[in-house]
Amino acid sequence: MAEVKTYNYLLRQDDGKDYRELGEYRAAGGYKAVLKAVRLGPDAVIAEMKKASVRGRGGAGFPAGIKWGFVPKETDKPKYLVVNADEGEPGTFKDNYFLSHDPHRLIEGCIICSMALGIETCYIYIRGEFFEQIDTVTRAIEQCYEAGILGESVMRTDQKLDVYVHPGAGAYICGEETALLESLEGKPGQPRLKPPFPAVVGAFGCPTVINNVETLATVPLIVEHGADWFVGLGVERDGGSRICGVSGHVNNPGLFEVGVGANMRDIIYELAGGVSEGREIKAVIPGGSSCPVLTKDEIDVPLTVEGLKEVDSMLGTCGIIVIAEGTCVVKCLQRISHFYAHESCGQCTPCREGTGWVARIIDNIEAGRAKMSDLDLLLDVADSIGGNTICALGDAAELPVLSFVSKFREDFAEHIRQGCCPFDDQPLPRH
Amino acid sequence: MTLAFSDESDEEIARIMKRYPTRLAALIPTLWVAQHEFGTVTREVMELVATRLDLPTAKVITTATFYTMFNKKPVGRFHVQVCKNISCYLRRSDDVTAALKDAIGVGPGETTADGLFTLSEVECLAACGRAPAVQVNKTYHEWATPEGMRQLVADLRASVNAAPMPPPEAHDG
Repeated sequence: MAEVKTYNYLLRQDDGKDYRELGEYRAAGGYKAVLKAVRLGPDAVIAEMKKASVRGRGGAGFPAGIKWGFVPKETDKPKYLVVNADEGEPGTFKDNYFLSHDPHRLIEGCIICSMALGIETCYIYIRGEFFEQIDTVTRAIEQCYEAGILGESVMRTDQKLDVYVHPGAGAYICGEETALLESLEGKPGQPRLKPPFPAVVGAFGCPTVINNVETLATVPLIVEHGADWFVGLGVERDGGSRICGVSGHVNNPGLFEVGVGANMRDIIYELAGGVSEGREIKAVIPGGSSCPVLTKDEIDVPLTVEGLKEVDSMLGTCGIIVIAEGTCVVKCLQRISHFYAHESCGQCTPCREGTGWVARIIDNIEAGRAKMSDLDLLLDVADSIGGNTICALGDAAELPVLSFVSKFREDFAEHIRQGCCPFDDQPLPRH
Repeated sequence: MTLAFSDESDEEIARIMKRYPTRLAALIPTLWVAQHEFGTVTREVMELVATRLDLPTAKVITTATFYTMFNKKPVGRFHVQVCKNISCYLRRSDDVTAALKDAIGVGPGETTADGLFTLSEVECLAACGRAPAVQVNKTYHEWATPEGMRQLVADLRASVNAAPMPPPEAHDG
């Protein structure tokens, strides 16, 4: 087992300072990157972002610098920056940190992005359940207006920028970027067909860049320390440090900032304190609930977008969910599948109907009411969802089913053979 | 009785409308203002919002009914919401739900007869590292335990007995 290097560039929860206060944030060097960005100029900032190879931290892993590059320079329409703070993928709780404790880092990232792309209006879309985070970010924005950091002249430059918080109202699907735009526009969060991509036709029909909270939080670091430094924290084509959240059956759950490429098994055992009650690992979901599950033999992988592809899973949001030996994986999949059934927006038939059928078949298996042929029916229904829908929620609903059943088929079959859940007398770990 | 926004809400809505290039975009924040003032987003409230924003009522209904956080029927003064998703489940959120059911006296999806508590099971609250997570009105209670939740319910009951008539949204749980 190797020691895992941790950083506190992004995650500064242990240094005793209250970064919600503008004064404290500035005392620690905050908003200096904005001035450096002004000196560098827009083209150089975009070039640094590309060179830093920061992969989007919201789940899809698309290189952020390239995304910025898609926004047209010359246009007679206004351009928008929309921040995706609709964190809600089960197992993911990292953006919550910035919104709760370090909102100025996000705002500074928004300012630099807006300057680079010629944007004068930014909306931070925060999920509705985050009442206190909405208040915290709103207050940070107010502090910035009072200090001349936002408004008609950002830090005495000729850049104008308004930043507004837009509250969500309880819909996971609004984390999908085009559903988020629909929701911002006041409509139900139903994803749009792409193309056109938001960079060309986004919010209110105008060019829009949509970035995750953590992605934007890396921007001041990249501008301050340079792209080479940032890449050096991670690996080639997947630069930087990122915040990895570990939840479930571990002794020390929480957030850890590690270099991209850190080993997942080491993170679980070294940083997250190993598995509860000293049990063995049964399964690990590596990056939020939509990522295919891994067995304990598959977790010796580097946390990179490519590294997780190698084991047919996804890095997603880097939210690692650890499931200990003795846990019923059918019950785990049941929670996940009911979630996707609940959160399907209803627009595409395969997803709207399929997610419901998947959840009901799993209910039958868990309750011991299923036939052996239902396992193949389950796979068949799940397989008909992904790839047949407008957005990726269909795939997110399908992939856990396929991976759980293929890797733990015997557990599912045993439910059917016994006519009940064979794990009912095995308690979950206590903490 | 004809429903109307208070002056304070009306000014808030005017400020909200200035943030967006369309009136429709002001809808969700305005529905929040309405829910804050009236407690629920009933058909009558939707019509009021439609009039205020000069939008077709159908547009308001379409949006208001899509989002789960707009209460279409009354909820208790304390809306106790337990996350039931995977990370919380693994940390025994079912035990927390059972304790709350016992302490409050109603099951998930139900409201007590005195209108004090509504118990709900909800999807991921993005607090997985401090699971199980429970949200009471606006406030998160992380690392929830059955004992802690029984105490919380008792404390909330006591707070109401101490101050019987506070306005509905003033409680932060």
